[in-house]
Amino acid sequence: MSQHSTTYVPKSAFGRWFESRLPIAGLVHSSFVAFPVPRNLTYFWTFGAILVFMLVSQIVTGVFLAMYYTPNAAMAFQSVEHIMRDVNYGWLIRYLHANGASMFFIAVYIHIFRNFYYGSYKAPREVLYILGVIIFILMMATAFMGYVLPWGQMSFWGATVITNLFSAIPVVGETIVHYLWGGYSVGNPTLNRFFSLHYLLPFMIAGVVILHIWALHVPGQNNPTGIPIKSGKDAVPFTPYATIKDIFAVVVFMIFFAYWVFYIPNYLGHADNYIPANPAVTPAHIVPEWYFLPFYAILRAIPDKLGGVIAMFSAILIWVFMPWLDTSKVRSTAYRPLYKQFFWVFVAVCVLLGWLGSRPAEGWYVIASQICTVYYFAHFLIVLPVLGFVERPLPLPNSILESVMGVQKGGAGMPAGANAEPQSKG
Amino acid sequence: MMKRTLLIAAAALGLSAPAFAAGETPVPPQLKWSFQGPFGTFDRAQLQRGFKVYREVCASCHGLTYVAFRNLAEPGGPEFSEAQVKALAAEYKIQDGPNEAGDMFERPGRPADRFPAPFPNENAAAAANGGKAPPDLSLMAKARTYERGFPWFITDVFRQYSENGADYLVALLNGYEEAPAGFTVPQGGHYNKYYPGHVIAMPKPLSDGQVEYPKNEAGQPQAPETVDQYARDVTAFLTWTAEPHLEARKRLGFQVMLFLIVLAGLLYFTKKKIWARVGGEVDGHATPPMTHNP
Repeated sequence: MSQHSTTYVPKSAFGRWFESRLPIAGLVHSSFVAFPVPRNLTYFWTFGAILVFMLVSQIVTGVFLAMYYTPNAAMAFQSVEHIMRDVNYGWLIRYLHANGASMFFIAVYIHIFRNFYYGSYKAPREVLYILGVIIFILMMATAFMGYVLPWGQMSFWGATVITNLFSAIPVVGETIVHYLWGGYSVGNPTLNRFFSLHYLLPFMIAGVVILHIWALHVPGQNNPTGIPIKSGKDAVPFTPYATIKDIFAVVVFMIFFAYWVFYIPNYLGHADNYIPANPAVTPAHIVPEWYFLPFYAILRAIPDKLGGVIAMFSAILIWVFMPWLDTSKVRSTAYRPLYKQFFWVFVAVCVLLGWLGSRPAEGWYVIASQICTVYYFAHFLIVLPVLGFVERPLPLPNSILESVMGVQKGGAGMPAGANAEPQSKG
Repeated sequence: MMKRTLLIAAAALGLSAPAFAAGETPVPPQLKWSFQGPFGTFDRAQLQRGFKVYREVCASCHGLTYVAFRNLAEPGGPEFSEAQVKALAAEYKIQDGPNEAGDMFERPGRPADRFPAPFPNENAAAAANGGKAPPDLSLMAKARTYERGFPWFITDVFRQYSENGADYLVALLNGYEEAPAGFTVPQGGHYNKYYPGHVIAMPKPLSDGQVEYPKNEAGQPQAPETVDQYARDVTAFLTWTAEPHLEARKRLGFQVMLFLIVLAGLLYFTKKKIWARVGGEVDGHATPPMTHNP
């Protein structure tokens, strides 16, 4: 295999005939075989592959669930119980799908915070990054609508609370909410349109994922040093190096996933959602799924309804501006001693917001939410812009190889022919 | 020790005490269940006793409408014999129809039928029970829980604690007592220590000796005929009705785990071998630069 091969030559006559008409094998080869990968990537870089696995898993289990599920307010709850009790392995498919949503979010949050830590959002990866934010927003919409489908108490009341947020929009708010509901309250039309959209959005996610991967293949992957690949010695070919590492990471993630599915499948759900939806009885505490809790805490921290809604949506949309809010020239936080501390404070604030989101909105919980919300926005609007000017970053290595050599001797980088031979290691 | 320190720390932060509107609600005690843990299975005799309690006590007001008679004979449940289930089903009257003449008719139940609801509709159930329909019990063990609080909700993940619904139900059934002085129980309500708000519409359902348990060889009842034992048995039964494939789930889970762990091990060594070609995988964490000497 030649170095940085982007010109793929099919071996068979049919392959050459086909390739000259649809060069898809060449595309796959250059994207997933010959593609140069920084040799110093950690396991934090396997979450892209894990997320692709989760998306496929959710779509496959979801398609099977849709064969048995009935999107009707009078029958939805019962049809889910039918899946759980009577359908062969229905319990498995449903628990995979329900817990899969949480696993998807665990993986995406690690992926997002890896990106924050190593400055992957900075030039030249802004578009790649913004596509990621779009995927995250689509994921949130999909997960929210999915949680409504079993039509339990938390489904119904969660849908009521969240759709009601749109009524805070001046002038058109009421109309928007009525369109979302398909009536004057959450009911059968709401369930039907949510089911339809819940089936549609994952395929939109898949589309944006393709763009996300495409945009990744232009500048290539970032790496823990944040400095770009400068020579073949800084990189290894995607296959077999990244491929085997990704497969291993996906299987380890599957072990984690299986633990929840088989041993504590209802831990991440709400007991209230095993009570059929009842518009006449409001649950004591209406709490969204865990992955929405930080944003829910921000929503409730603002005493004004419209203000809360604006703050909640801004908390995600502000991510879009990160490449320009961060004024530091250095990508990787490993070389930013001051920012490193702020980064971990920010992580702690996000976790704390998540916990506050699960508490009732009363007493000091509200005050703590407000402090955390202010800090959350200050991180983006003050810390990120100011640190770039005041921080003295550590000296950067000249190349990825050099940073690698600090830890370990030897290494051939992108192997060229004979160099790719296995070598015995002391 | 560690646990106690954490408990004290949590209590000091005011985290472990969930605030309820009407007074303190004690935390249900955590019981030993045969079905807890990664290899848990149901105790058949307990499920059969629990079914007897349901049938003789609960069934007069509470439905079990997601459960079919045939489920009682299926593996992983009480495992009554096919003949027992057939005879049991036949004791129930099931409305069917319309027949050729267009009339609805009643026939004896068959194993494929589900348990008929005790009331014709929710309004009838509410009217017969002081204004509030008694809830269906099929999913009760998963539909109730109690506040765990920090840090227990984290340790629960590692302990695989998922019997919170069951523990709550037993506590509730044992929780009937005299209202404390100064607490006025409204008309039609009953004081219960564990019920959120303490006022429950259901009167104390169980009393000692109420249900006769099957006898062992010595002529003694298989299990004590006490409220606490009835509560545990009926709760075990309701855990099965809420999660009828619990045993299959845990069994398959063990196989899946074993397979995945072996596969992950093989993949790990494969990965190591492949990366050895380029001098082994490197610790990707950035290190301070050193003199350039490749």
